[in-house]
Amino acid sequence: MSYAAGEADHNDHHHHAPSGITRWLFTTNHKDIGSLYLWFSFTMFLVGGAMAMVIRAELFQPGLQLVDPHFFNQMTTVHGLIMVFGAVMPAFTGLANWMIPMMIGAPDMALPRMNNWSFWILPFAFAILLGSLFMEGGGPAFGWTFYAPLSTTYSSDSTALFVFSVHIMGISSIMGAINVIVTIMNMRAPDMTYMKMPLFVWSWFITAFLLIAVMPVLAGAVTMVLTDKYFGTSFFDAAGGGDPVMFQHIFWFFGHPEVYIMILPAFGIVSAIIPAFSRKPLFGYASMVYATGAIAGLSFLVWAHHMFTTGMPVAAELFFMYCTMLISVPTGVKVFNWVATMWRGALSFETPMLFALAFVILFTIGGFSGLMLAITPVDFQYHDTYFVVAHFHYVLVTGAIFSIMAAAYYWLPKWTGHMYNETLGRWHFWLSLISVNVLFFPMHFAGLAGMPRRIPDYSLQFADINQIVSIGGFAFGLTQLLFLYIVIKCVRGGEKAEAKPWDGAEGLEWTVPSPAPYHTFETPPEVK
Amino acid sequence: MAEEQKYEKYYVPASSPWPIVGAVGLGLIAVGAGHTVINMSNDTEGYGVYILLAGIATILVMLVGWFRDQINESMSGLYSNQLSDSYRQGMAWFIFSEVMFFAAFFGALFYARVIALEWLGGGGNNAMTNEVLWPDFSAHWPLTETPGGTTTQGMGWGGLPLYNTLILITSSITCHFAHVGLEQGKRTQLKVWLGITILLGLIFLYLQGMEYVHAYQDLGLQLDSGVYGNTFYMLTGFHGMHVTLGTIMLIVMFFRVLKGHFSHDNQFAFQATSWYWHFVDVVWVCLFIFVYVL
Repeated sequence: MSYAAGEADHNDHHHHAPSGITRWLFTTNHKDIGSLYLWFSFTMFLVGGAMAMVIRAELFQPGLQLVDPHFFNQMTTVHGLIMVFGAVMPAFTGLANWMIPMMIGAPDMALPRMNNWSFWILPFAFAILLGSLFMEGGGPAFGWTFYAPLSTTYSSDSTALFVFSVHIMGISSIMGAINVIVTIMNMRAPDMTYMKMPLFVWSWFITAFLLIAVMPVLAGAVTMVLTDKYFGTSFFDAAGGGDPVMFQHIFWFFGHPEVYIMILPAFGIVSAIIPAFSRKPLFGYASMVYATGAIAGLSFLVWAHHMFTTGMPVAAELFFMYCTMLISVPTGVKVFNWVATMWRGALSFETPMLFALAFVILFTIGGFSGLMLAITPVDFQYHDTYFVVAHFHYVLVTGAIFSIMAAAYYWLPKWTGHMYNETLGRWHFWLSLISVNVLFFPMHFAGLAGMPRRIPDYSLQFADINQIVSIGGFAFGLTQLLFLYIVIKCVRGGEKAEAKPWDGAEGLEWTVPSPAPYHTFETPPEVK
Repeated sequence: MAEEQKYEKYYVPASSPWPIVGAVGLGLIAVGAGHTVINMSNDTEGYGVYILLAGIATILVMLVGWFRDQINESMSGLYSNQLSDSYRQGMAWFIFSEVMFFAAFFGALFYARVIALEWLGGGGNNAMTNEVLWPDFSAHWPLTETPGGTTTQGMGWGGLPLYNTLILITSSITCHFAHVGLEQGKRTQLKVWLGITILLGLIFLYLQGMEYVHAYQDLGLQLDSGVYGNTFYMLTGFHGMHVTLGTIMLIVMFFRVLKGHFSHDNQFAFQATSWYWHFVDVVWVCLFIFVYVL
């Protein structure tokens, strides 16, 4: 608390947030920008979720009833794009903005103005993407992976808008990542050595590196799609000497590190929450750091496991199969460490811990189905079925999104100065947990039985399973409105939160009052 | 309070209107460029071009305003060493992202040349691909005749490309001399070598333009003449854009030097520009080897 005394001495003029709309438009404050990211992400989560509701409503029964297939394709495509680039990534960037400076004892992010720029690009990018849905011929309908020739020869006119909106999203992500990495390298409090950093900071450090390495490759891929479609190049056209499969190589060279971009920060969050509610330090800190690094390194060597059915040479298929399986080793280290952290701990089950526990179990299920998909000959059967859909929704919804919710409940007292309503939080958790499993677990069976993904109709034997899945989907969607209510209620009032509302929590963010002052560490804090 | 004496205070820049102007500008560019491309491909008239131009104008205003503020803050000594380090690291990571952007196109070049063409020509276990789809096609590089039948001629490495390589390597050296001049406080050396670097950059761009004219008119090598033309123009074209940007940065540095800016201790902008220039040079050397020579 010696720090809080020092805080009061500072001249006060910019301790309070400026008011009015310009505060949000011109802000350079990491907390404001973090809040903007988080609210934007939640808005996109609801928009993308509404599209998922359309998909599930159409799939409630076999046959075509609500929407025509072209619109269905636009819904699956834009749902994927929005959830990946609009919901999950900005949520993690928002958490990074809020928490990293506080966790490493820095006054703000290293490059605060660029920080504002990275955020404000996003609303424009997604307005363009969503706007293209209303153009003649419709918006993107080629799947979020925009494989050539679907995105080149067979795509609608508006593809150019898709390309440029992805370009500016990429600019935003790269600037955000540069900011995070420079903040971590250059802004740590003097005694905050690398191996003392909280794991959330470590995982974002590595994530930021992945972002800077692969977002430009995505920019290259969309550029080639643009020139192939509009300017007569033939990168992905065999008649001109190119190859449609080359698109998949370039895309997945971006795409596989991208999926780790969406899960590594989740590992960091869970590694903060589980020790706090087990009242024990994290088991195996150093091995957690190395495992995260190993996962990131391997992520560059596994991209073609998304393409086992494209007719690659057998040697390549084997290489990518073994590399992919290798990833389960560092991931297994992490799961082991989380469980070992809880071993003989004094556990309590507040909402953040519930979400973190569900993350460990359900993410591991997603990891196991991933391992099944990694086996080349088996993947020939599973490829492009609902098994794949089940797999990546387990890692992204019960993985990434559950961790984001855990993080929100864990840090809401620090952000707002109020405790959220614990009863409602638990209702939100249990309803989410049950509905999400009703939603995604039966998809495994539909996929194993051969139901293909991204098709608006299906044969009769899948009807029961799809009805169950749709009911789970609607329930999960509605439950998230409860989350919105809980957050708004917590922002507006509630029981006063102490500086450290969780008695087992560790880290510099708990040494400052709740809500955290507008500017946190103008002089570096003492790090033990 | 003891802490405050021990550590330098980090300068947290005040809020600024420029980032949001930049976001609006990028948004306008994306909408405008998208509609321009769509209109071009449909041969229709539209507002796309005007939106694009408005976006570019907005970004230019933003760049001038933002950099003016930065320069004023920097010259009035607001920036700490730590902030300069942040800028340097940010620039280094930005250049790394640029490297990865070029890597995507170099990757496409390698894949098309080494894998896709060989398979189209019947290599590996793809004999039937060739037999059924493109029986007349045999793999060769430069791809002077595509499987679809488009013909062109290859661009040699002698002549203009070789001159350009020498020019750009020389400019990297002169840029370094200018930097040494700055480090040692020899302003004349700084000005002369920086001026020569800019001149070499402009000559490079002019020769590159001549080379494009030669390729289009004499060789029939065009953007749409198959994957050889694609990779040639996309790689050299994006490189050319980066040289253009680098030259503009150098020119800005030249005027700042004339106004007496930069010293041994305060030279981030100059250093960043010179890093960028060396990066552009390295990319060209790779281009020369992989696009022209091999």
